[in-house]
Amino acid sequence: MTVEHIDSVTHAGATPDTVLPFAELGLKDDEYARIKEILGRRPTSCELAMYSVMWSEHCSYKSSKLHLRQFGEKVPPEARGILLVGIGENAGVVDIGQGYAVTFKAESHNHPSYVEPYQGAATGVGGIVRDILTMGARPIAVMDSLRFGPADAPDTARVLPGVVAGIGGYGNCLGLPNIGGELVFDPSYLGNPLVNALSVGVMRTDGIKLATAPGPGNQVVLFGARTGGDGIGGASVLASATFETAGQRKRPSVQVGDPFAEKVLIECCLEIFAEDLVAGIQDLGAAGLSCATSELASAGTGGMRVVLDTVPLRDPTLAPEEILMSESQERMCAVVEPSKVARFMEICAKWDVNATVIGEVTDTERLEIFWRGELVVDVPPRTVAHEGPVYDRPVARPADLDALNADDANALARPTSPADLRATLLRLVASPNLADKGWVTDQYDRYVMGNTTLATPHDAGVVRIDESSQLGIALALDGNGRFARLDPYAGAQLALAEAYRNVAATGARPLAITDCLNFGSPEDPEVMWQFTEAIRGIADGCLALGVPVTGGNVSFYNQTGATPINPTPVIGVLGVIDDVRTRRPIDFGSDGEHVVLLGSTRAEFGGSEWAHVVHDHLGGRPPVVDFGAERALAAVLQSAARDGLVSAAHDLSDGGLAQALVESCRRGGRGASITLPGDPFVALFSESAARAVVAVPAAHLAAVRSLAVAYGVEVTELGLTGGAALSFTGLFEVPLDELDAAATGTFPALFG
Amino acid sequence: MTARIGVVTFPGSLDDRDALRAVAAAGAEPVSLWHKDANLHGVDAVVLPGGFSYGDYLRCGAIARFSPVMDLVIAGAHAGLPVLGICNGFQVLCEAHLLPGALLRSAQLHFRCADEGLVIENTSTAWTNAYEPLARVTIPIKNGEGRFVADTATLDQLEADGRVVARYVGNPNGSVRDIAGITNEAGNVVGLMPHPEHAIDDLTGPSSDGLAFFTSVLKSLVAV
Repeated sequence: MTVEHIDSVTHAGATPDTVLPFAELGLKDDEYARIKEILGRRPTSCELAMYSVMWSEHCSYKSSKLHLRQFGEKVPPEARGILLVGIGENAGVVDIGQGYAVTFKAESHNHPSYVEPYQGAATGVGGIVRDILTMGARPIAVMDSLRFGPADAPDTARVLPGVVAGIGGYGNCLGLPNIGGELVFDPSYLGNPLVNALSVGVMRTDGIKLATAPGPGNQVVLFGARTGGDGIGGASVLASATFETAGQRKRPSVQVGDPFAEKVLIECCLEIFAEDLVAGIQDLGAAGLSCATSELASAGTGGMRVVLDTVPLRDPTLAPEEILMSESQERMCAVVEPSKVARFMEICAKWDVNATVIGEVTDTERLEIFWRGELVVDVPPRTVAHEGPVYDRPVARPADLDALNADDANALARPTSPADLRATLLRLVASPNLADKGWVTDQYDRYVMGNTTLATPHDAGVVRIDESSQLGIALALDGNGRFARLDPYAGAQLALAEAYRNVAATGARPLAITDCLNFGSPEDPEVMWQFTEAIRGIADGCLALGVPVTGGNVSFYNQTGATPINPTPVIGVLGVIDDVRTRRPIDFGSDGEHVVLLGSTRAEFGGSEWAHVVHDHLGGRPPVVDFGAERALAAVLQSAARDGLVSAAHDLSDGGLAQALVESCRRGGRGASITLPGDPFVALFSESAARAVVAVPAAHLAAVRSLAVAYGVEVTELGLTGGAALSFTGLFEVPLDELDAAATGTFPALFG
Repeated sequence: MTARIGVVTFPGSLDDRDALRAVAAAGAEPVSLWHKDANLHGVDAVVLPGGFSYGDYLRCGAIARFSPVMDLVIAGAHAGLPVLGICNGFQVLCEAHLLPGALLRSAQLHFRCADEGLVIENTSTAWTNAYEPLARVTIPIKNGEGRFVADTATLDQLEADGRVVARYVGNPNGSVRDIAGITNEAGNVVGLMPHPEHAIDDLTGPSSDGLAFFTSVLKSLVAV
């Protein structure tokens, strides 16, 4: 029998020259030196485990922190009073009125989803839902933004079905409606798909919970699933290094999800919250117990003592370092006053949720962790959780950007004859980025909870919050990597503008945003430049639109070999709608209504779907950003919806007017007769921003016109709804059947 | 006196709140039942809602069928208590042998959520008497294991007895003979794969066609 060797604090003090594998755990030489400086000795192996995961890019935001500060500095005046919890907590919280607070956040699970598509995507949903739950809210919906390599690439056939099944498998089993999102294919994501999940939750404004451990003597309770060997080092290893050759080797570090355990945990937590039994709470996600204990202690009265032997294990052979790093899912850590522990445990027992007191809050300013009676961690918690390294990384404008911007998409060969325009329209409708996504979205439950009043394929998801007052929220999630590649500042703003416009199109008032920032390696100065430009774009855009950033997520190291993905800031916009019964769908739902274009069209084809699909071209400049025009358009759309002046509204984005008309016709099951203004090609396919198409009953046409004029929004009457074809006067027509066949054939042909 | 209609929550039930809302919308008093309940709290009818009871990691409904409350539901059903099983609830009813047949992995092998056309073929059950004969309705389905199967003799018997309650207009999951829902011999127990509780108003569902399942049971209770 061997005696277990424990690398205790005492042992570490006595063996200063022992070399620990800090480099293998992802720490740089200077970072390791700093840990030694903080502790005044070498770290124990447990301390090293904690610092390495907490100081990873994924957990510490060490390359982005400096730049993300802008979101706190450029807060629009409109945000005052509505932002109840800002950046830094698990998720931001916004006051939507009538005593309700809404919390929402997007998070990436890109690397795990590449290695293990089903579990990577599933645990991405599980993780973001726990963030929302941790704020004290009942999660009420999820969305996702997905990007893959070319639709016909063999690896896309491997990754996409697994990701979709994972999102569905987890979200459906949690009973959360999936209300929208996006799905984009581009060669830049081959070998590095993007899986960004968003969740939203609602609570009363006085029910907000925070990740803090106040009150010495309060008990630290770990509850939920047992701790196992899955996901050890997932955050640091997977998210902070690129894949070179290690796909197989890294497989076990992807976590495994159990949505049933999480569903039970949600209901259990909400019952605990309702009885006000917790002083602070934190979910266990990336970096597991290391993160939860250090963050809780760091934000509380400063100290915590934990006995690691008490942690319930799925695998009794786990070492203390592994218990600290494990990313086993469906676990929560609560701080509970001693007098409330019994009731807390009763509720957990009712739900058959495992709960164990693992420690208590102290006033020592130290996080002390014991194992087999020995002190194995003794650190100032802030140095682990909040005072990690911060890098001001060098930036450089990409050397190829001038050439890329000079390669004007307006110079590409255009279709001119009616027959060519018709063929182009059908080709775009059937292209993977624009085709009907029903094959994917029908794998998600959009009905559960009974409050979904709009979901995919409408512009935004709209969910009822209050059944008596009909108060609701709207959410849209958008990004455009091609625009951001051409100009990351403008590209990020175009993503923001599109999500804002999508929310407004339903009739809701945009209130606040979350972001999920997907970029290549921050160690590449050109990527870092793209990142800083995008941040600046979002911060300036939010100021111009009057919507604050409430929180979000940064995902770096998205690249294949030395080639980074297109910079892809994805923006989620939350809106509020006073009466969900007034929300506008995209459907052309009645015959004989006027089809009206709101906004101005320029010849803008840089980064467009047309250039992508027809010419495989990416070059020139992205569309012009005009936040004044976006605000004016949004005001018109909101007023028109509220006053019942329009029966449908659809924003114009990817694929331009042609795609918007096709979608509104298909969804409504009726055609439209359209007379195009100006150059038909530009009118159909330009992707100018700040535009929407609306369907207006004849009686309201004058009112819509004067409303738009009052806000300075250009109005163009295009024609009338009705008939069995989408027809363009003097040019061509396409029967609805043919549009349906083109739009719905693509995904089944690709993915079965 | 208002009828009291219970909705059972198993661990992993998801559409329990929706079913309670539908019960209230139909004018009855909704009563939450817990899977460990030792009595039915005097309810006049029971709904087993959709979801993934116990995660459905074993066979769907196979564990929920052994919940304490199910002993009462089974005994009640044999004594004439109206019981409606929706989706996972239908699976539980089959596992409990209150209804014949089984629900298997759908033909397309993945979860599918869609608005489906149905024909209500039996309008004499406790849960369908408010429908016109052969009513054509639109109600959502959402399942990965909703393909109804039974042996030929059972199917022929179901058809001969008129116990096929609802049939799909376009079969979404490969269910044998397009069967979406069936009833027991007495007509008090109905299992249905589609979700009528998601079709109680046009605001949150594709139609309000599903509400009549819940008003039907009120009618049948008054008639008794």
